Amino acid sequence: MFNKFSRNVLLTPFLIWAGLFIFVPLIFIVWYGVTDNDGNFSTANLAMIFQRGFWDALVLSVELALVSTVICLLLAYPLCLILTERQRDNTTIISLLFILPLWMNSLLSTMAWQTILEGNGIINQLLRLVNLPTLQMINTPGAIVLGMVYNFLPYMVLPLFISLSKIDRSILEAAQDLGANAWQKFFRVILPLTLPGAVSGITMVFIPALTTFVISALLGGGKLLLIGNIIEQEFTFQYDWHLGCALSVILMIFIVLNMLLTMAFDPIKEEGDAA
Amino acid sequence: MKYLKQVYLATIFLFLYAPIGVLIAQSFNASRYRGHWTGVTLDWYTKLFEDDRIMNALSNTLTIGISSAAIATVLGLITCVAMKELSRKWRATFMSVTNVPILNADIVTGISLMLLFMGLGLRLGYASILLAHIVFNVPYVILCIMPQLMALDKSFYEAALDLGASPFKAFWSVVLPELRPSIFAGFLLAFTMSADDFIITHFTKGAGVDTLTTAIYAELKIGIHPEMYALSTLVFVFVLIFVLLFAINRRKLKHAEDVF
Repeated sequence: MFNKFSRNVLLTPFLIWAGLFIFVPLIFIVWYGVTDNDGNFSTANLAMIFQRGFWDALVLSVELALVSTVICLLLAYPLCLILTERQRDNTTIISLLFILPLWMNSLLSTMAWQTILEGNGIINQLLRLVNLPTLQMINTPGAIVLGMVYNFLPYMVLPLFISLSKIDRSILEAAQDLGANAWQKFFRVILPLTLPGAVSGITMVFIPALTTFVISALLGGGKLLLIGNIIEQEFTFQYDWHLGCALSVILMIFIVLNMLLTMAFDPIKEEGDAA
Repeated sequence: MKYLKQVYLATIFLFLYAPIGVLIAQSFNASRYRGHWTGVTLDWYTKLFEDDRIMNALSNTLTIGISSAAIATVLGLITCVAMKELSRKWRATFMSVTNVPILNADIVTGISLMLLFMGLGLRLGYASILLAHIVFNVPYVILCIMPQLMALDKSFYEAALDLGASPFKAFWSVVLPELRPSIFAGFLLAFTMSADDFIITHFTKGAGVDTLTTAIYAELKIGIHPEMYALSTLVFVFVLIFVLLFAINRRKLKHAEDVF
């Protein structure tokens, strides 16, 4: 389109942006994570992750994030299959209605779940009305998982919906004509074709679920601490930045693993190649 | 089977909208405390506009959202144009770099930017929030514009050059109009991300400056002011109308295309 010089001039703002605002800040975190208050190199803060409270929080975070990701995947596949099944007139409107809740402030809607689930909440009041025993739902791991699924389900639905709607109808018809039943059609045709979308959805759900501190604070009642809560407290209450950064470095290991997984299935690269 | 599908859609629909219904109900609740229903009132809707703190937070959210989205859109567009000229390998590398803030956890991005701003001696406040929002908005803009730019036919641009247009003129009047939908989508996505962000703002804001999300978070412990529910309800209804108009318009357009 134009010569190399002007191309490089146009790339300069991006390179400054990426260098100064992506890489330098990450170096700051790692630097704080591997030094102590006197600025000497130390792995003591990194090793803190093996202490009981921290290790328990990390294990709980990984467990809840995994459970939420699996639930999102299991909910999103049937939903997207139904939405993409036929190009009905109202498909656009229905799909938009599933994205619309994203525009409601997520802090407020997570708090609304408090009102629904708590001891004197809407569900328990309904149970009392029909003389059933009330349930302890708020401040349980289940409530946190519910909050995660509620907040991050759209991130699973969107990539899946896109990759499902890209599948050529005739491929599905061919599978049917060749005698595949519904299960075979799903596992041998649809699943492999939508795998990149599913992987992208998995990373988009797993990382925010693993690192949240808001959902656990609202629905876990401050007793169930996730690793995100501990890191946030190190910065806002304890003011131990070195420890907070060291724990963030531990989180970054999970994030890097996730990035490698996404790159292995990169749907963006394919689009670029096709063009 | 068809019945089962409709039940499934309805269940997920209920799950997604139950808390929203609760919030809307609370905006009409006469009681200040959530969970206590003492009658219907419209008071919170009038008090909302008299509450300086909420109005301040709203104006911060809007100005930061619009300016960060606009700056990110310009930066993203320039970058996309330049990236189109890169070799496939380099372009893939650049796109991976772009993806880092999207794939990274918000808490890590927030803390790392806070450390950077403090390291640079920048006082945390409005400017630091704006800068942070530009940083995380650029990748979303690039993700929106890049596919459409890659699919664009180069020969129109070259024809404009052959006919004597300067590269800038050719870009401005040939390439840019073609990209308008994705530029608009990128801007809108960036604005949404900015307005809805809590975690990164939480770490990069200074004392005394609040956006709507951080104002809500500060109220969580002491109890949300019902004016917040009223504001969220207004925003939600506004977006709902916008989305429905958009969908109806599109349907009409599609219908017109089918006819001709």
